[in-house]
Amino acid sequence: MLDWNYRDKACIVGVGSTDYGVFPETDAVGLGVSALKAAVDDAGISFDDIDGVILNRLPYDRFAEVSNLNTPYLQSTPAHGRFSAIALMMAAEAIASGAATTIALVYGNDGRSAAMKYGGDPNFWAPWGFTSPGASHAMMFRRHMAQFGTMSEDLAHIAVAFRDHATKNPAAVMKKPITLEDHQNSRFICDPLHLLDYCLINDGGVAWIMTTPERAKDMKKKPVYVSGFARQDDFSQNSLPPNDYWYPALKKVESQVYDRAGISRNDIDGLMIYDNFSPTVLFALEGMGFCKQGEGGQFVRDGMLQLGKGRWPTNTSGGHLSESYMQGWALIVEGVRQLRGEVSAERQIKDVKALQFILATAVAGSIIIRNDA
Amino acid sequence: MTYNKPLPEADKWSGPFFEGAREGRLLAQQCNISKRFFFPPSPVSPVTRDGNWSWVELSGKGTISSFVVMHQKYFAGFGDDVPYPVIEVELEEGVRLLSSIVELGERELVVGMPVEVVFDKVTEEVTLPKFRPAA
Repeated sequence: MLDWNYRDKACIVGVGSTDYGVFPETDAVGLGVSALKAAVDDAGISFDDIDGVILNRLPYDRFAEVSNLNTPYLQSTPAHGRFSAIALMMAAEAIASGAATTIALVYGNDGRSAAMKYGGDPNFWAPWGFTSPGASHAMMFRRHMAQFGTMSEDLAHIAVAFRDHATKNPAAVMKKPITLEDHQNSRFICDPLHLLDYCLINDGGVAWIMTTPERAKDMKKKPVYVSGFARQDDFSQNSLPPNDYWYPALKKVESQVYDRAGISRNDIDGLMIYDNFSPTVLFALEGMGFCKQGEGGQFVRDGMLQLGKGRWPTNTSGGHLSESYMQGWALIVEGVRQLRGEVSAERQIKDVKALQFILATAVAGSIIIRNDA
Repeated sequence: MTYNKPLPEADKWSGPFFEGAREGRLLAQQCNISKRFFFPPSPVSPVTRDGNWSWVELSGKGTISSFVVMHQKYFAGFGDDVPYPVIEVELEEGVRLLSSIVELGERELVVGMPVEVVFDKVTEEVTLPKFRPAA
């Protein structure tokens, strides 16, 4: 097998985001372009410097028309959040190969204005009343509870930690502090998952600018290096709640991502975990080897993921549970701002050098980004 | 009373499954080469990647491998039922299905409960396989 040779071959040099909320006066394309304009300004480049575009959840032709971006390289990805990681990996590969030099990656979502329900669509199991990604995760979590003794209260520790982070983030949609009891007392959406185990559907746009390390040196801000990434898909249980929490796929990713980045787990200062529903945080931590399988519930207790308390500050923006469900895109923005030292002192991970993005989904993936490569 | 819950959208692959249910038989596709069962119904076996498979009648016996209780109203037809459970059943043959529990009585729904299939004729045309605690 050929050596993996994408280490530190691409940098994130600009990030931009809109406000998150309800914006019926615009649409997904408008939000995406606004975010991109902010990212272009953040990088200190002009739109003319962009020679590649990777879009997520946006109509590529309309986006190109509206943004007046006509490049030799355009990729369009489906609305699933797993494509946040895939898009970043694609850009790093394209930049390393020379297919493009400076790529705009753009996400736009008007799901809240469009009253996206994420449930109630026709599907094979609808005659039995089963629907929604949340219900699928609830089914997985009940299995985890039965198999390992994990409890709903364990998830409360995750929700509380992320909400604490959101109170330090002016951009977060939910900033009211919550307690473990608040989590337990919040209504069931799909038992065993409560309201506070669910992400927050909102309108918003997010964009990143990525380029070569050479070009990055001339840009306005200190580059964030894409040091290593790995991915393993498992769609074998795509029509059912998977019965393995994507654990084997995540283990494969774990076996590659640190080697590829050239650092060890101990060098990681904080995490960004794709938290569409709180149980995926446990699945990600277990699969990536932060704790043994089945011990995630114990692991996240008492502030392990909380800034200023635990070893692994996670989703310091509040994540999807408390900042906004920008499907992974805003988590990367937070990571970049952390690595640049741009967030408020109370939210800053001290002496941060390396962060790890982890997705427990049918596309199991992880990306390590650094500021000291 | 009109039945207003979602009905199966039987296609050319799942049609025989629902036809079997109408006849009181629980069917799944089995790969003729590997003998592996697969579900939901598919055009080809995931092992051989071709159409060398057969419909086989299952025992209808299994255990509850997980369950949820739906509290949110997503389908108008289930609006009066919330909160209602959906169970995941792992059948003896290894096939997993999502379904409904019936005749639970005073028993508490638990993972590991043995169940067996029953056939619920919900309309003149449609019968749904559901499960009850095993005798």
